[in-house]
Amino acid sequence: MRDYYDDRIVALSARLVTPFIQLFALYVVFHGHYSPGGGFQGGAMLAASFLLIRLSIGTAAAQSQFRRSWGTPVSSIGSLVFLGTGLIVLFYGFNFLDYAGLPFSGSEPELRNAGILAIELGVAVAVAATLTSIYDDLVGEPLGPLAGGLDEATEVAEADQVEGPERDEERGDG
Amino acid sequence: MRHLTLAVLFAFAGLLLYGIGHVPERGARESPPNAVESPVGSPNAANYYIENAYVDAETPNMVTVTLADYRGFDTLGETVVVFTAGMGCALVLRRSRR
Repeated sequence: MRDYYDDRIVALSARLVTPFIQLFALYVVFHGHYSPGGGFQGGAMLAASFLLIRLSIGTAAAQSQFRRSWGTPVSSIGSLVFLGTGLIVLFYGFNFLDYAGLPFSGSEPELRNAGILAIELGVAVAVAATLTSIYDDLVGEPLGPLAGGLDEATEVAEADQVEGPERDEERGDG
Repeated sequence: MRHLTLAVLFAFAGLLLYGIGHVPERGARESPPNAVESPVGSPNAANYYIENAYVDAETPNMVTVTLADYRGFDTLGETVVVFTAGMGCALVLRRSRR
């Protein structure tokens, strides 16, 4: 059983489209102050770009983009950025999540603007990593020729170039 | 049975269309959501947000200001819900290496 769609056209199209999806996701996150969008939407699009690569060339080969083991720590970091922004202002005598107490110079509206950006970034990182990690958990350990991770994937790819089309024999259990 | 389903569907559609005619104009001051005071006499939050979102945070998108600033705690809860979903999937589905 394999966890990806083994087709050269699909793989190439996905690789072509993914950078643009990621760029647009960052635009949605950072332009959330001025247009519809924000952390949740941008994070979901970022996760979509990760999942597109995983679906088209396989979880094992996609490890160089976003590793399976990163899901839990990165989503924790995103949530902690949000929580930390709320907690920092507590130490300066303000209410929880009252960005006017952020320890930077600037007028109160500017500080609120920066605080909103900080928590949107935290939300985006948390949502993107969480959705990717849910997909990874549902799919399970990667199978196939690249199951050994990135190093083995490179070795297999190099071996393919030398020996020609013998991949199907190696694709058994990994 | 099929005719009954169709009849119920059309009745429901008619009810919805009837209701649309009674929806207040967009942004009408006299409609309850836009009123400065609630029927009980307490000040209404929505009006304050619309009037002060840009003044408070210098952010043109008042939805963002409401979500991230005025209702920041709610958004924190949403993020924690998503995070908890991920942790739950990891707990149930992820196999341990041992």
